[in-house]
Amino acid sequence: MIVEIKGLQKVYEGKQRVVAVDGIDLNVAEGELYGLLGPNGAGKTTTISICTTRALPTAGQVKIAGVDVVASPAIARRGIGVVPQYNTLDRSCTIFENIHFHCLYFGFSRAEATHRTHQLLAQFHLTERADAYPSQLSGGLAQRVQIARAIAHRPKVLFLDEPSAGLDPQSRIAMWEAVRALREEGITVVLTTHYMEEADELCDRVAIIDHGRILVEDTPAALKASIGAEKVYSLDLHRREEVATLVETLGKVAGISAAETTDKGVRIFAHSADGLLAEIVQAANPYGLRDLTITETSLETVFIRLTGRDLRE
Amino acid sequence: MTQLANPSRTAAAPPQTTALVQYSRAFAGLFLRDLFVLRRELFPFVIRVCMNPLLFLFVFTYVIPHMNGGAAMNPTAAMAGNAFSTVLLPGLMAVAIMFSGIAAVALPLAQEFGVTREIDDRVMCPLPVAAVAIEKICFSALQSMVAAAIVYPLAYYVPAVHPTTHVGNWPFLLVVVVLASLTAGALGLTIGTTVKPQQIGLIFGVVVIPITFLGCVYYPWAALTHIRWLQVGVLVNPIVYMSEGLRAAITPSLPHMPPALILTMLTVALCLLTWLGIRGFLRRVIG
Ligand SMILES: Nc1ncnc2c1ncn2[C@@H]1O[C@H](COP(=O)(O)OP(=O)(O)OP(=O)(O)O)[C@@H](O)[C@H]1O
Ligand SMILES: [Mg+2]
Repeated sequence: MIVEIKGLQKVYEGKQRVVAVDGIDLNVAEGELYGLLGPNGAGKTTTISICTTRALPTAGQVKIAGVDVVASPAIARRGIGVVPQYNTLDRSCTIFENIHFHCLYFGFSRAEATHRTHQLLAQFHLTERADAYPSQLSGGLAQRVQIARAIAHRPKVLFLDEPSAGLDPQSRIAMWEAVRALREEGITVVLTTHYMEEADELCDRVAIIDHGRILVEDTPAALKASIGAEKVYSLDLHRREEVATLVETLGKVAGISAAETTDKGVRIFAHSADGLLAEIVQAANPYGLRDLTITETSLETVFIRLTGRDLRE
Repeated sequence: MTQLANPSRTAAAPPQTTALVQYSRAFAGLFLRDLFVLRRELFPFVIRVCMNPLLFLFVFTYVIPHMNGGAAMNPTAAMAGNAFSTVLLPGLMAVAIMFSGIAAVALPLAQEFGVTREIDDRVMCPLPVAAVAIEKICFSALQSMVAAAIVYPLAYYVPAVHPTTHVGNWPFLLVVVVLASLTAGALGLTIGTTVKPQQIGLIFGVVVIPITFLGCVYYPWAALTHIRWLQVGVLVNPIVYMSEGLRAAITPSLPHMPPALILTMLTVALCLLTWLGIRGFLRRVIG
C-alpha cells in the first residue's frame, strides 16, 4: 500500500473544539486513482494536509511509500506531490521558472531541471504560456501549471485538493484528462471533491466521508449497486401529516426497494419498472403531490442514503 | 520542442541521495530562487536602500552646515566636533542593515501568509521547515550586507565634511557586519511571523521608527550618559549593538561600547530572534 492511514484524528482546540478528522483508516494501492468525497467541512482538506506534512495529527499514523510523515516529513515530501485547494504558484516567477525552481528544490541539476520543465510544459500544453506570470493565467491554466509543478519531481503520490473547484466545465474536463494521463505514468492519485460526478467519472475507488469519518469505501460501481435501486423518486408533497402511511404503502409496492420521509415529502428508491411511475403518482395524489423528480442513482444517492442529507447541504 | 511532446519516462529520476545532500540542494535551490527574483527587482532594491540615508545625509551633513549658523542648529554637531558625519556613517549603515531585514523578510512574509499563501510551495520542499525559515534569514543577511556596502560610500562622500574612518581590525568589522545582518534577518522573520498580515503596515510606526530613533543611530551610546534611564533602556534594542559595533569597527575615534560586549550581545540577539522567528514560522505553516 502506497498510502497507509491508521486511526487518524485531528482536533482543533480553541474557543470551539472542532474534531475535523475522527478516526480515519485508509489504504491506497499503488497506481490507484482514489477519491475522498464529502460535503464542505467533512475533513477532506485536513486529511490531505496531514498526509502532505502540512498539519500534525492529534492521533494516528500516516505512511507515504513507507515513510512516516510525522517522524520524517522532509524525506516523505520527496514522494509527495500536492496541489492545494488554493493557488500557491510563486507570483514573482514565470510559469517556466515555477517548474524549474521546483525541480531545483528537489535536487535536480540545472540541465535536468530545464529538460524536465520543457517536457512538462509540452505535456500539459503550456509551452506558449511559459513566460507568463501566474497572475496572467485563467483558473484552468493555473490549475494545470500547479499539477505540472506538483509532479515535476516525480512523486509517487499526487494529492489533489478540490482540483475542479472554481473551474468551468471545459477546464474541468481538461483537468480530468490530465489526471487520467498521470495514472498512465504510474502515479498514484488521491483527490478530494464534493462533486459526485467527478468521483464517479475519475476514481477507481471512493471513500465517502462526513464529519471526519469514512462512511463507506468501495468502487463507484459497487457503491451505486449497494443501493439496490436504479432510480430515485423525490416527491414534494403538500399534505405531510400522514406521510408515514404513504411510506408504508409504497414500501410494499413491487419494484420499490425503499421509501423514506424527507422534510419535503417522500424519497423512493426503486428499480426501473414499467408502470411504476403511474402507481407512485396515484398513491401520492391524495397527499397533495406538488412535484416529482426522478434521478438515476449516483454517488449522491449513496450519500443521501447514508446521511439523509444532500451533499450540497 | 516537438521531440519532447511525449512524456519520456526514461529521463533521469532525481538521484537517491543522503538526507544532508538533499537538504543542502533544496536550500541552495531556495537561495537561488530568491537571488533570481531579487535580480529582477534590482533597481527598486537600490532605490529603497539609498533613499533614506541619502536624504538624511543631504539635509544634516550638507544643507544644514551650509546654512548661516547651521552648526548651532545641529544639536549633535558640538559633540562630534565638526564631523556629525562621523557619527552618522556607522549609524546609517546599521539602519540600512536593519531595514533590509524588514523589507526582505517581514513584508514578503506578511503577504505570503496573508493574501497569496505562496509560501506553501516552499514549505513543501524536501528539507525541514525550520531550514526554510533559516534560508529567509540568510538571504536577508546577504541583502543587508549589500545595503551596508551601498550606504558606506554615500555616507562618506555626500557630507560636506567627510567622516574620519579607520578600520584597524578587518576581521572584527566582518564579524560585526555578518552578525548584524543575520540579526536583522531574524528580526524581520520574528516580525513577519508575529504581526497579523493585515497589520503589517503598522510595524513602521510601532517598531521600525522607534527602534531606529532609539538605536544609537544618530548619536553614540556613550553620549546618553546624562540620561541614565534612556541609556539603560535602549540596551534591549538590537539596533544599538549594530550601530555601536560598526562604530567600534569603522569610526573607533568616537566613543563606543567594548567590542567583546557588542559581539556577545549581537550573538544573544541573533539566537533569541532566530528562535522566536522559527517558532513563529512553524506555528504559521504547520497546522
Ligand atoms: N485551522 C483550523 N482551526 C480550526 N478549525 C479548523 C481549521 N481548519 C479546519 N477546521 C475545521 O475542521 C473541519 C474540517 O475542515 P476541512 O477544511 O478539512 O474540510 P473540507 O472537507 O476540506 O471542506 P471543504 O469542502 O469546505 O474544503 C471544519 O469544520 C473546519 O471548520
Ligand atoms: Mg477542503
